Amino acid sequence: MGAQQRKIRVLMGKPGLCGHDRGIALVVMALRDAGMEVIYSGRHNSPESLVEVAIQEDVDVLGVSILSGGHLGLCERIARLLRERDARDIVFLAGGFIPPEDIPKLKAMGVREVFRDGAKLEDIVRYVEKAARERAAA
Amino acid sequence: MATAHADEKSFLAGILRADHRTVARAISEVENETAIGHAIMRGIHPHLGRAHVLGITGSPGAGKSTLASELIGEFTRRGRSVGVVAVDPSSPFSGGAILGDRIRMERHALAERVFIRSLASRGHLGGLSRAIFRVVDVLDAAGFAMIVVETVGAGQSEVEIAEIADTRVVVCAPGFGDDVQAIKAGILEIADIFVVSKCDLPLADATELELRYLAGLKKGGAGAPPILRVTATRGEGIAALADAIESARGAAGRRRQQGARERMRRLIAQEAGNAVRDCLCGIESKTLDELCAALARGELGHEEAVAAAIQLAVNGGAGSPRGKDKSS
Repeated sequence: MGAQQRKIRVLMGKPGLCGHDRGIALVVMALRDAGMEVIYSGRHNSPESLVEVAIQEDVDVLGVSILSGGHLGLCERIARLLRERDARDIVFLAGGFIPPEDIPKLKAMGVREVFRDGAKLEDIVRYVEKAARERAAA
Repeated sequence: MATAHADEKSFLAGILRADHRTVARAISEVENETAIGHAIMRGIHPHLGRAHVLGITGSPGAGKSTLASELIGEFTRRGRSVGVVAVDPSSPFSGGAILGDRIRMERHALAERVFIRSLASRGHLGGLSRAIFRVVDVLDAAGFAMIVVETVGAGQSEVEIAEIADTRVVVCAPGFGDDVQAIKAGILEIADIFVVSKCDLPLADATELELRYLAGLKKGGAGAPPILRVTATRGEGIAALADAIESARGAAGRRRQQGARERMRRLIAQEAGNAVRDCLCGIESKTLDELCAALARGELGHEEAVAAAIQLAVNGGAGSPRGKDKSS
């Protein structure tokens, strides 16, 4: 029996108290339509549970959507947990209402890329595909 | 090769200690049918057969995930470790999938003795992913006492769960005529336990009555599967259901042993069918093209064409004299 083609697996979730999930739903569907397997963990996830779920689901990419303004604290905690769990190889992406001046801070924490409001779905899909491919090759 | 062997050993050690990261990676390897995945399957073989595998099936929206979540809570309270495999459908158009069963199980994400994995059906009919046997085996080897398999909820084709589970729970929500359709088509035969879910809804009594009637028809009333009422959102009926599942275990273990050879045969038949399909869809073959053209023109019967195609696949697509003779 030949090996199955490896599917890109992505965990998408919303950490913190923000309940606006229209944006993340669009991204989830766009990734699905690009042939990826997307685990959607819904709203109000804790950073701890997002990291544990990312590990159990063996995902290539963890994407979070934050529109509450809490992105610095939440992403810092997620990045730290990924380091502690020896899971830095999981590509960590963030999106939502994020002021441009916070992007360098997020990247310094370990967020690989930031997609602000207005980002194009095609660009997100292309980025996820590329990052997952590079991760598989590493 | 030496590193592959080392990989295999560290995988095996990690699985046996139920290390979440290793178990998760091993599941990907066996799901993707990689070389290391096959090695893992061979390695864990001596460690299989300890878990109680519980299948949960029922129509979409019947409440399977919510029920699974309540059962995880109940079994962990009783000191069991619980592995969960939740299957959701892949899109037939893109091959992608949105796996959302976990949302209902969120509160168990950080429980130490709970491991939840979402699987996409990847085009496999029957409601279960093609890899599900292997994924369940990995969780079994990792020592999870209870393994809960939640199906897609496609209804009539869910009978496959009979193959994998020791104990089968069929969930019926009140007010769905569709459930009775599913029951007519085979789910009635596989159920060890019926659950009427959402019993806070007004039509629950009618659904229970309908189930009692159908279950009574099945075995003339004697030995018919129990029918339990549950309101999962309030936790009502969960302990009684867990008791029924645990007491079903003894008979299930025996059946599993008896059915092992049959199960293996069906598994091999299924994989052989997949291999033939992959071959016929993938090869460049003039013979196959001619065969299809002859079938389209009506010169060849459907069954003859299938027989010739199987022959072609067995020969590795290297020509089939018999098929040619027939069409010329």
